[in-house]
Amino acid sequence: MQVPAQVEYEKAASVEHALALLARYGPEARVLAGGHSLIPMMKLRLAQPETLIDINGLTELAYLRVTGGELLIGALTRHAELLASAPAGEHFAILHDAEKVIADPVVRSWGTIGGSLCQADPSEDLSAAFAALKATMVICHPGGTRTVSAREFHTAPYETVVGPGELLTEIRIPVRPGGGSAYEKVGRRVGDWPVGAAGVALWLDGDAIADAGIGLTAVGAGHFAAPEAEEFLRGASPSEDNLARAGQIAAEHCRPVSDQRGPAAYKRHLAGELTVRALRRALRRARGEDT
Amino acid sequence: MQITVTVNDAAFTREVEPRLLLIHFLRDDLGLTGSHWGCDTSNCGACVVWLDETPVKSCTVLAAMADGRRVRTVEGMAAGGRLDPVQEGFVQCHGLQCGFCTPGMMLTARWLLDHNPDPTAEEIREALSGQVCRCTGYENIVRAVQWASRHEAAGRDAGPAGGTR
Repeated sequence: MQVPAQVEYEKAASVEHALALLARYGPEARVLAGGHSLIPMMKLRLAQPETLIDINGLTELAYLRVTGGELLIGALTRHAELLASAPAGEHFAILHDAEKVIADPVVRSWGTIGGSLCQADPSEDLSAAFAALKATMVICHPGGTRTVSAREFHTAPYETVVGPGELLTEIRIPVRPGGGSAYEKVGRRVGDWPVGAAGVALWLDGDAIADAGIGLTAVGAGHFAAPEAEEFLRGASPSEDNLARAGQIAAEHCRPVSDQRGPAAYKRHLAGELTVRALRRALRRARGEDT
Repeated sequence: MQITVTVNDAAFTREVEPRLLLIHFLRDDLGLTGSHWGCDTSNCGACVVWLDETPVKSCTVLAAMADGRRVRTVEGMAAGGRLDPVQEGFVQCHGLQCGFCTPGMMLTARWLLDHNPDPTAEEIREALSGQVCRCTGYENIVRAVQWASRHEAAGRDAGPAGGTR
């Protein structure tokens, strides 16, 4: 029987209240959103917070909207809500690609976007998607808010820049014309963490790639990104040769480790191959040839 | 801490430890043993109940998180002495063997039909993909949900007086 250790519990009534509770209980407090990462960690004693601060009542943090040229995702948005969001899918097909293969429908109905990001599992899917999209994270603290790029959000496996007295509240993704995006994942079985996965967002300017974002997860890519491959593609023609070369560069810069999901060499192979597949699909979408 | 949870339309107030999981609150504190406690790791789905309007895996939700909310379990599916069409479908189509996964399967199926009254077999399989049948009786589970879907469609066609729920 797996049960969490004894813990105190507080229910936050507002963002301000959550911040006040975090300040009162200090670094041994943890924010409880959907709990689908934290509660399993608590059962295994991999996390042993003294106090849980439940933010499920903060419905003001559950939203998806396009405002001021950005898609805004509230941190308490459930995975199922992101998957069901028409504006999210219309602007960023990568998000729906990724959500379809995150856990299973029942887990997605309660697990949250902000919770997944703050858990900071090195195999987490949306971390790669947001890295590809060059998203910005909004973090609230008692003095106001600060923003951090998705690529500066993670500091180590299971660690982020969100400090003990802070709360991730929003993810912002710039909506830019001429783009296409896609996510490709290989897992051992339905609903599992990836063995490897790649997310791509690219923008065309005529016949050339104006800009590209490549995110990778589970394969030891620094900050879930492949900046060297992005640099290679910027200004290049989207030829099959160039896409293949970009995949090769992305694979070369990963540092995968062998574990129960597969050997490092296979994961490196996946990093390259899945980058190429995601590039192809993102390109078709940018050209309006695919949904 | 004290919590009040409305389970199958009845309010229950209990003193609980904050670490108590919702599945154990339902089974041990309220005696509602229809919800099953399976893998404990949010993989198998035997513990699925509705939290407000949403199916959740109750082994991964604290009872404290359900404070002030509504929970629906398999005990709350039948109404007015009549089985829910999903339950009837499981009877008609032999949708269970050992029955361990059945309550969770039926609650997710009920949610599916409420949102998608005429799902394809593929959509049914996708909706139930986070739930495991240890007898591997998936084929009949899909048939059971299809039976309920057809049964409810027939009820709708017959007009309000012929409704089944």
